[in-house]
Amino acid sequence: MRAEALTGGFADAPVQAAQGFRAALEALARPGQIETVAGAAPPAPLSVAAGVLLLVLADATTPVHLAGEWDCPAVRDWVVFHCGAPLVGAADAVFALGDWAALQPVGRFAIGTADYPDRAATLIVELPVLEPAGVRLRGPGIADEAALSLPEVAAFQANRALFPLGLDCFFTCGDRLAGLPRSTRVEAV
Amino acid sequence: MSDQAYNFAYLDEQTKRMIRRAILKGIAVPGYQVPFASREMPMPYGWGTGGVQVTAACLVPEDQLKVIDQGADDTTNAVSIRAFFQRVAGVAVTGATAEATLIQTRHRIPEVPLRAGQILVYQVPIPEPLRFLEPRESETRKMHELEEYGLMHVKLYEDIARHGAIATSYAYPVKVEGRYVMDPSPIPKFDNPKLAGCAAIQLFGAGREQRIYALPPFCDVVSLDFEDHPFVASKADHDCDLCGAGDSYLDEVIVDDAGGRMFVCSDTDFCASRHAAGQRGRLAPLTEGGL
Repeated sequence: MRAEALTGGFADAPVQAAQGFRAALEALARPGQIETVAGAAPPAPLSVAAGVLLLVLADATTPVHLAGEWDCPAVRDWVVFHCGAPLVGAADAVFALGDWAALQPVGRFAIGTADYPDRAATLIVELPVLEPAGVRLRGPGIADEAALSLPEVAAFQANRALFPLGLDCFFTCGDRLAGLPRSTRVEAV
Repeated sequence: MSDQAYNFAYLDEQTKRMIRRAILKGIAVPGYQVPFASREMPMPYGWGTGGVQVTAACLVPEDQLKVIDQGADDTTNAVSIRAFFQRVAGVAVTGATAEATLIQTRHRIPEVPLRAGQILVYQVPIPEPLRFLEPRESETRKMHELEEYGLMHVKLYEDIARHGAIATSYAYPVKVEGRYVMDPSPIPKFDNPKLAGCAAIQLFGAGREQRIYALPPFCDVVSLDFEDHPFVASKADHDCDLCGAGDSYLDEVIVDDAGGRMFVCSDTDFCASRHAAGQRGRLAPLTEGGL
C-alpha cells in the first residue's frame, strides 16, 4: 500500500459522515435534486462526491466492485484503507463504482429478491456532467416532474419495470451528487 | 456542549452506516420494511428505540430537533428523548414545528404542513400491518412478496359486518405507491391523509421488531377502504376548547368528577401558537398568558 492512500478521509468522521448522509438521503429521496458534499479527498479518478458516499456507506460488511478505470491500485488502496470493504466481482457487490460505460452490462448486479428487495446493489456512477436537465423524471419524491442528465434512458426504464426489485443509483460529478432510486419513472424528452 | 464520553449522536459509526444503508433502501422501495440490526438503547423497548436509532443516524449538528409524544412537546417520552439528544449530540431543540428540521414523533403528525428540508421520524411498535392477522413472519413476508393483501380487506369487511363501519381508528393500514401495504404506526386515522403528498421525508423505525421503512416526499399513499364504505378521517365532533380550532385532532380531558369534560388540541405547539395569535376557545382562560 502506498502512503497516499492513508490520506483523504474525513477529518471529523461522525459529523462529516452525518452531513454526507443527509445529502445522500435528500438526493435519493428527491430524484433530480443535486446536492453538494465535502470532506473526502480521494485519489483520481475517484470524485469527491463518490469518495464521500463510500466513506459514509461502505464498510467491512459491504463488498465493493470497482469497474474500469476505477479499478486501479490508488483507488483500491484508498477504499481498502478507509472503508475496509472487500473488493469483489460485480455479482457479489453491494456498492459498485465506475462510469456508466464501465458498469455495463448492469444486469450483472444484484437486484434483490422478491421477499427481500432491499438486497440489491447500489451503483455509484461517475458522470462528466451532472445537471438538472435532460431526461424527465416522475415518481416518489417528485412533486410534479424533475429532470436529470442521465447517461441513457432505456436501462432505467427497464430497471423501473423490475420494481420493487432493481438497482438504486447515485450519480456523482466532482463534489456534487444526485440520486435515482428504482422507483423513479424515466422518460426521454 | 455534548457529553464527550459519547460519540456524536450516541451510536458508533459502524452502526450508523448500517442504519443509513437501511434508510436509503427504505426510501428506494417505499413502504417495504427493511430489516436492520437494531441495537440496545439506553431506554426500554416501547419508548421509541427504533425512532431514536433512526434520528441518531440522521442528526447533524446544525439540526433543530423537535420531539413530540401524542402531539405534545412536554410529556415524559418527548422530554426524555429530547434531553437524550441534547446530551449526546449537542443539537438545538425547539417546540415550533415550522422551525424544526428533524421531528421525532410518537403517534401523531403535526397539524402544520411539513416542508422540504424537514424529516419526520416515527416511533413504531409493530411495523407489520398483517401481524395481528398472521403471526408468522415467514407467511407475512410471502404475503408482501405476492401482494396478497386479501386478508386485510377481510378484516376491514368484518369491521363493517359487526359495527356497520370500519372501526379501525388508529394504525389504519395504507397502500404505498400501489404496491406495499404499510402500517403508518399508531397515528389516529385523522392523520392518514397527511401521509400522502407530504413535502418532508418520513422515516419509520421499529427497534424491538428491527425494521426501518420510509416514505419519500410526495408519495402516493392511499388508506384502504371500500367503494361503499370510503375512508373517513374522523375526529371528535367539537372545536378545541382552548384555541377554538375546528380542524385539529382533539384529546378529551375529564375536568371534574361530575362528567365535565373539555376537548383540546393534541398538537400543543399548534394550540399554543393559535392562542398566542389571539384565538380563543370555549373554556380558554380569560386572562392573558393563560397557556
